[in-house]
Amino acid sequence: MNNYFLHVKNISKFFGRRLIFKDMTFEINNNGIIGISGDNGSGKSTLVKIIAGITSPSSGEIVHQDRGKEIIPEKLHNYIGFVSPYLVLYEEFSAYENLSFFSNIRGIKLNIERADFLLEKLLLFKRKDDLVKTYSSGMKQRLKFIFALIHNPSLIILDEPTSNLDSSGKDTVYQLVENESKSNIIIIASNEQSDLNLCQREIKLQDFKLS
Amino acid sequence: MNAKAYALYLKDFRSEIRTRYAVNSLAMFVIVATSVILFSIGNETITQSLTAGLFWVVIFFSAMSGLSRAFVSEEERGTSLTLQLIAAPSTIFSGKLLFNIVLVFCMNIVITLLYSALFDGFVIKNLALFIAAFFFGNAGLAIASTIIAAIISKAGAKGTLYPVLSFPILLPLILTSVQLTLMSFEGASFIEAKFELAIIICYDVIMLTASYLLFDFVWKD
Repeated sequence: MNNYFLHVKNISKFFGRRLIFKDMTFEINNNGIIGISGDNGSGKSTLVKIIAGITSPSSGEIVHQDRGKEIIPEKLHNYIGFVSPYLVLYEEFSAYENLSFFSNIRGIKLNIERADFLLEKLLLFKRKDDLVKTYSSGMKQRLKFIFALIHNPSLIILDEPTSNLDSSGKDTVYQLVENESKSNIIIIASNEQSDLNLCQREIKLQDFKLS
Repeated sequence: MNAKAYALYLKDFRSEIRTRYAVNSLAMFVIVATSVILFSIGNETITQSLTAGLFWVVIFFSAMSGLSRAFVSEEERGTSLTLQLIAAPSTIFSGKLLFNIVLVFCMNIVITLLYSALFDGFVIKNLALFIAAFFFGNAGLAIASTIIAAIISKAGAKGTLYPVLSFPILLPLILTSVQLTLMSFEGASFIEAKFELAIIICYDVIMLTASYLLFDFVWKD
């Protein structure tokens, strides 16, 4: 059971003078998969980055609550899992070293059972001790899912989650996403119809606002 | 400094061992700069004040060649976003600062040993004062270099901007450190050096406080 609540309040974003979107407001308080779609440049990635606390909005506010208590920005990273093509893991380390370092920096002990389960599920177990720089782009994308899920986040944000994945990789990811959506909130920002088919609710970005 | 910052330091340390991103450029700079100074001096005997000045010149430019790597390497490799997703800004700054402190101390111990061996004017008469100047000077250098590295890592012309931006910020620290080093060569007591020591300690405290306050804004887009 997830008790996570996300409230996006009147957020606007400008890059210089260019308006990306304006006065966007919505709430997510039930577990499940929510899609964010829109044309290229409509601000999908910017919106998910703002939700994840990586980018600041030009105006407006994002409220994250867990069990009725507001999460302070300093602690937000503990509740969020994030996957995107522009996320880069440390190539000079192996997959296992990456996961171990990330857990230590988060201040938690690496859950070896969960790491092994996810590595096995995403077909990386046999390559877990190889340096990430020797991975293909699809393998790196699969490793990003493990990075996003290893700490059991309540809000999982997937920006173009299936880019670089082959069809079997996509199926594995979809299965994983559906399982996680039973107990967590998942936001998918994508234009891929197969990604959006998983979503119970879709938010469309058009003409600088929600349509 | 907490366990999370220490974990980030360990990550950077392991990464540095594998990539030699900062150590190689630091080592090359120290060797080249010291050699150039030695060649240019030739058989001349230089004064103690000039030796103290040249000592900190090499330290300043070596720091400029290596200390920016803490943030620039993350930005260039695209891993800044990953860091943002796993740690609070204060943790990241603490971890990077710890890495730079270790790097700057190791680098400057090597420079001190080289100067002791190669320069006749490098004779320390008050070792305790020299250690105090060395400690507070290096701490200030590491703190200021870390926050400046964070600022310039988001900019375009990183290589040029770093020394340009660092110079006015580090100038009070370098001048005071040169003065304290010279006083240690002359055998001055702590009482005689209390004004310079107060300046350098205040500089470190102010820079550390300002860096922690500023880093949150620098780090986020």
